[in-house]
Amino acid sequence: MSAPFLILAAVTLIGACAAMLFRGLVHCALALAVAFAGIGALYLNLGAQFLGLAQLLVYVGAIAVLIVFVVLLTRGGDSDSPPLSPAPRQFTGILVAGAIFAILAWAIFHSFAIHTPGMPVPQATIRQLGVALMESYALPLEVIGLMLTAALIGAVLVAMKEKPGPQ
Amino acid sequence: MTPLAGCLLASSMLFAVGLAGALTRRNAILVLVGIELMLNAANLNFVAFWRFGPHSGALTGMVFVLFSIGVAAAEAAVGLALILAVYRHTKTTDLRQLIRRRG
Repeated sequence: MSAPFLILAAVTLIGACAAMLFRGLVHCALALAVAFAGIGALYLNLGAQFLGLAQLLVYVGAIAVLIVFVVLLTRGGDSDSPPLSPAPRQFTGILVAGAIFAILAWAIFHSFAIHTPGMPVPQATIRQLGVALMESYALPLEVIGLMLTAALIGAVLVAMKEKPGPQ
Repeated sequence: MTPLAGCLLASSMLFAVGLAGALTRRNAILVLVGIELMLNAANLNFVAFWRFGPHSGALTGMVFVLFSIGVAAAEAAVGLALILAVYRHTKTTDLRQLIRRRG
């Protein structure tokens, strides 16, 4: 447990909590971008350079900006409805999340996997990753490309303004 | 605490925060944000096991996270498009109002 890891994890968790607690939706989206950037930095800290940069590009560069666009398009920033559920339901949600965290923490501390000795940093150059993607994972790569195309066309069709056709 | 346990603990905290947000917020966009946070927590687990696991030469964890990021991008695009379409019909993204109206 090094100091950089602790700092990055703290930044990520604070960003995530802020994204879930702020009242204004635009502030939530910006805090979410901080949390995503923290996760990308955690990937870099763990030695996965390509993944860290992909995370920054996709999440901070695309998804956070997309969420800001949707917030502005739906005028969610100036809605007057209270942002949180009523208190009993909120209490239930936090209780469920806390229970799941307790179960996960119990499982982590009782598993044998955490007692493995420290490994040297595994080598994963971008070249190795590219070769793996093009050789052993070629079919999943094609499928994911097809799925992304279909999903984006579907998203455009769903969000397109309907024509006032003859009723 | 070993580094692997630290990573797993951080990612389970992130998962709990995302789950609490998805269960307690009323706005549909923020529920989607909570789901994205939970997905990222799972990705962090994959990277941690790739880094500290015994078979790190296989690159399976990294490739899985790469595919997972792609799926998450598609999911966010479709989910936000659905929210936009619903907003255009009902002029609200408040889930409680949407449930009360039943479409």
